[in-house]
Amino acid sequence: MEETVEFASASGLLGSVWLLVAIPLVSAAILLLLGRRADRWGHWLGVGAIGAAFVLGLTYFFQLRGLENKSVELSLWQFISVGDFKVDFGLLFDPLAGVFVLLITGVGFLIHLYAVEYMAHDEGRRRFFGYFNLFVAAMLLLVLGNNYVMLYFGWEGVGLASYLLISFWYGRPSAATAGKKAFLMNRVGDAGLAIGIFVMFATLGTTQYDQVFNGVGALTKTTVLVLGLLLLLGAAGKSGQFPLQAWLPDAMEGPTPVSALIHAATMVTAGVYLIARSNPIFSADATLQLVVVSVGALTLLMGCVIGAAKDDIKRVLAWSTVSQIGYMFLGVGLGGGAYALAIVHLLAHGFFKANMFLGAGSVMHGMHDQVDIRRFGNLSKYMRVTWLTFMMGWLAIIGMFPFSGFFSKEPIIVAAFEREGWTAWLFGGAALVGAGLTAFYMTRLFVLTFHGPARWTEDIEHPHESPKLMTIPLVLLAIGSVAAGFLLSTSVPDWLEATAGLGGQEKPHEAVLAHWLITALSLLVTVLGAGLAWALFRAGTATAPQPAGVLVTAARRNLYTDTVNEAVFEKPGIFLTRALVFLDNRGVDGLVNGLAAAVGGGSGRLRRLQTGFVRSYATSILTGALLVVAAFLAVQAGWLA
Amino acid sequence: MTELKLPSIDYAALAPILIMLGAALVGVLVEAFVPRRLRNGVQLALALVAVLGALTMVILNSDDRLITAGQALAVDGPTLFLQGAILILAAMALLLIGERSVERGGAFVAHAAVTAESADDRRQADGVGGTTEVYPLATFAIGGMLIFVAANDLLTMFIALEVFSLPLYLLCALARRRRLLSQEAAMKYFLLGAYASAFFLFGVALIYGFTSGIPGRVAGVDFATVHAAVTDSPASPVLLFAGMALLAIGLLFKAAAAPFHVWTPDVYQGAPTPVTGFMAACTKVAAFGALLRVFHVAFSGAAWDFTPVLGAVAVLTMLVGAVLAVTQTDIKRLLAYSSIANAGYLLVGVLAPSKDGLSGTMFYLVAYGFSVLAAFAVVTLVRDADGEATHLSRWAGLGRRSPFFAAIFTFILLAFAGIPLTSGFTSKFAVFAPALDANQAWLVIAGVLTSMVLAFPYLRVVVMMWLSEPGDATPTVTVPGALTSAALVIGVLATLVLGVAPAPLLDLANGAAEFVR
Repeated sequence: MEETVEFASASGLLGSVWLLVAIPLVSAAILLLLGRRADRWGHWLGVGAIGAAFVLGLTYFFQLRGLENKSVELSLWQFISVGDFKVDFGLLFDPLAGVFVLLITGVGFLIHLYAVEYMAHDEGRRRFFGYFNLFVAAMLLLVLGNNYVMLYFGWEGVGLASYLLISFWYGRPSAATAGKKAFLMNRVGDAGLAIGIFVMFATLGTTQYDQVFNGVGALTKTTVLVLGLLLLLGAAGKSGQFPLQAWLPDAMEGPTPVSALIHAATMVTAGVYLIARSNPIFSADATLQLVVVSVGALTLLMGCVIGAAKDDIKRVLAWSTVSQIGYMFLGVGLGGGAYALAIVHLLAHGFFKANMFLGAGSVMHGMHDQVDIRRFGNLSKYMRVTWLTFMMGWLAIIGMFPFSGFFSKEPIIVAAFEREGWTAWLFGGAALVGAGLTAFYMTRLFVLTFHGPARWTEDIEHPHESPKLMTIPLVLLAIGSVAAGFLLSTSVPDWLEATAGLGGQEKPHEAVLAHWLITALSLLVTVLGAGLAWALFRAGTATAPQPAGVLVTAARRNLYTDTVNEAVFEKPGIFLTRALVFLDNRGVDGLVNGLAAAVGGGSGRLRRLQTGFVRSYATSILTGALLVVAAFLAVQAGWLA
Repeated sequence: MTELKLPSIDYAALAPILIMLGAALVGVLVEAFVPRRLRNGVQLALALVAVLGALTMVILNSDDRLITAGQALAVDGPTLFLQGAILILAAMALLLIGERSVERGGAFVAHAAVTAESADDRRQADGVGGTTEVYPLATFAIGGMLIFVAANDLLTMFIALEVFSLPLYLLCALARRRRLLSQEAAMKYFLLGAYASAFFLFGVALIYGFTSGIPGRVAGVDFATVHAAVTDSPASPVLLFAGMALLAIGLLFKAAAAPFHVWTPDVYQGAPTPVTGFMAACTKVAAFGALLRVFHVAFSGAAWDFTPVLGAVAVLTMLVGAVLAVTQTDIKRLLAYSSIANAGYLLVGVLAPSKDGLSGTMFYLVAYGFSVLAAFAVVTLVRDADGEATHLSRWAGLGRRSPFFAAIFTFILLAFAGIPLTSGFTSKFAVFAPALDANQAWLVIAGVLTSMVLAFPYLRVVVMMWLSEPGDATPTVTVPGALTSAALVIGVLATLVLGVAPAPLLDLANGAAEFVR
């Protein structure tokens, strides 16, 4: 990069940007520490904190617009300073951070509002809002940090909060399992990010964004590739992209507002943020960009295919999230001007996906927590607001003109066709097919839920519309689903120009097809997909699982990715644990004792706790000693190292 | 016949050691002459005053960089930093040991051979108080540790090892509850400890043989001679490498590194919890202080040769600690395996042969010591009529019963898991970054991956405490007395401060990170 990146330091009102993180954090602390005393008013504190953060965010946003150099940096204190290695505890408020702040606090506020009513009958509501605020604080820290260590803080924080929130309904074993799965798969990604940050430190001696971006040019090609792949692993873990996509649909076990906020609108887009923020690294290597694009294209198709075979309303939406984030990865991988397009799609998606998740929550609220779309039908008569708002979300996600998905998704498809040679056809084609499939499965979901004959379970006589506190956020989000795309696609790309490395890039190639033709084609496949689904499911569907062909069975089983995961990660992991436990004989006793204690209890427990023989310990030490001495001698003789 | 010259001794530089050993001797006299009623208070005050006095001397000596007592002891930056760390952590441990209000009569048995339900035993339940020999024993152990990190030759190091180990064996046997468990643990620790000491001593002998025959030098086991021998000795290098391996085994045993960790879970579980905390914090500091000195001062010339082997030990240690922690069902055993894994992370720091590596390792020792003492302080509080309730199933729903203590414990567990803004994150950063600088990427990758695994058992406990309904078996948390509260507050505050603003301590460690030879 020829230009050097520099941030002005924050002054005036923008000097208090840290309040954005502090307000939800303090509110979370109050909610979690005060205990039952805060039960009566706690949820309103939670809502108010996010509302205040949103208002503040807007103020800062307009302040930033008035500045010439549209990036301000605020160094709070020196976090680590040893020798020449320094990590700032600092914030960076620039156009990219600005739009994320507005998304997180804006959509977050509406979802908080909705949750007040949704969680009204749950005795853990105050605690829930505590975790929810904690999540928002961590997410804001993630997007506001001015170096990778700060980003990592937020990254760990959102992971922790989401783990707690998924496991929130502890009564269900599936929720606990899902929490574990989300946690473990995220850890794989987190490890990638952590090692990436260490690589950055080892090669560049810094983790500050500006210094890293200025230093990328001096790195070797291999280092950039390794660094980029590590960051991509982190991004894929958080954003549910191939090969770490399996946790996201399972995470739907948590309460619906959680799915809407964390697993649709904000946290899962952190991976896209990471790649967009690190664009100078990703733009520096064409191979790296190709990998990102491939991950995006593959995931978007996988999400569509699996989504078409699922019957659980939240899971269909979850797989559609996986697929839409695939589009965003495709966008950020294309590089150049497509970064901004991906961010536009991310923001638009935040609105319409939150809208549909909350809509799904509203449907479940009226249908005794039923989630199977085969047992819905004809709800448009009973839940008019939910129906109409969901319709806006549906039209937006399938990319129908003039709803927001059209303005945000279509440019990514066009950009994919602008690649060089055959890859243009490959990735452009994938994006186009994905658009058609999206139209198919989302229409299936919409029709089966709201139209056709009622196929309710016996205990439901008269589904009811949700109360005002739930429908008002729905209406506001629906307005966003209609209008956001057009507004964002005309304003955000220019606005993001000022973000480090995002501006001023030319289109690499002309598209292999004319622009109007691509637009026409994408609208055509959308109408075809939607029409086909409408024709197939207009009359409802069987309420029991039907025998299916190879493809549908594969899709129902998540394209066997779980099976692969099990074979590649889980089985060796279990084997490793068993082997270690076997070697460490006390561990076996510990395990058996654990079972025995749980079953037997009492004095038997005490007696059995201690069965490790000193002689076996001594043997173990002796064996280890022989090995260490042998290894030292082998090193000395030059056999090793 | 050569004239025998007495070595000069810098008494001021040795004052911390002398104060602790002197206080221990006075403590023995107190046992003999002070009436039983007053003993506990007097002993506790004596031990704390001695620790604070020694700490003051460490601070006053902070600019010393010298070798005294005829090459036997080195008083330099790392010595003073680690002595200070041992003393501060020992003060916290003494507060836990001195606690008498959590359980009437305290955590220690009336005297070592008392049988359960005997008259003596019942008297203790009426508030007579347990044995007060624990204070002189602990004071001796602290004194031994202070020598251990200062030892500048292998024989002094061996004697210091025994001076702090023997009292620890005894302390482990003094638990009032689950007495047989405690005595069995002490027996095991003693037998295996003696076994490991033999390896160490054998290593010393081989190294002595290796140093003979260097032109212009007398054979010896002081580190300067050993250092010179590594490059100049005409003797077979087999002696050097076998000796180095055996020394390492003795030290790695104390540090609880795999495969020499086997004693750790049993001993941590069986020992009285305040003693467990003392061992987890102070013994770790002492063992790693010695490892640092042996490998950075005496054997630095052979760094290329020992690094791969110790690296393998480090990876194995991290792996064993992290993976086996997952299957544990007892909180003390869980913390024991976590301490094993942490020994692995510390070894990563030991293998980064730079100033940053040294200061990072010392920072890690302090940060970990504070957190682990706080963790064991909470363990002493969660109890029912039969004493501490350490089985994890009993901790389910604790967040509902005692949100305050559950929150504190959650915070400590998050620190162990290396979550940012706790000392766990900064300290891991402080050892991994220099290791990467030293091209030990494989150690860092293993470290990051195992700490990801290790986060799982910690968070499982967190979820258990907060997201489960308390059952009938869920014990309440006893209100801690002033002493435990003080230790707990210090530990938690240190964990927080070292996570948010680690710079001052890192600077201090960095300023101290240079050995004299």
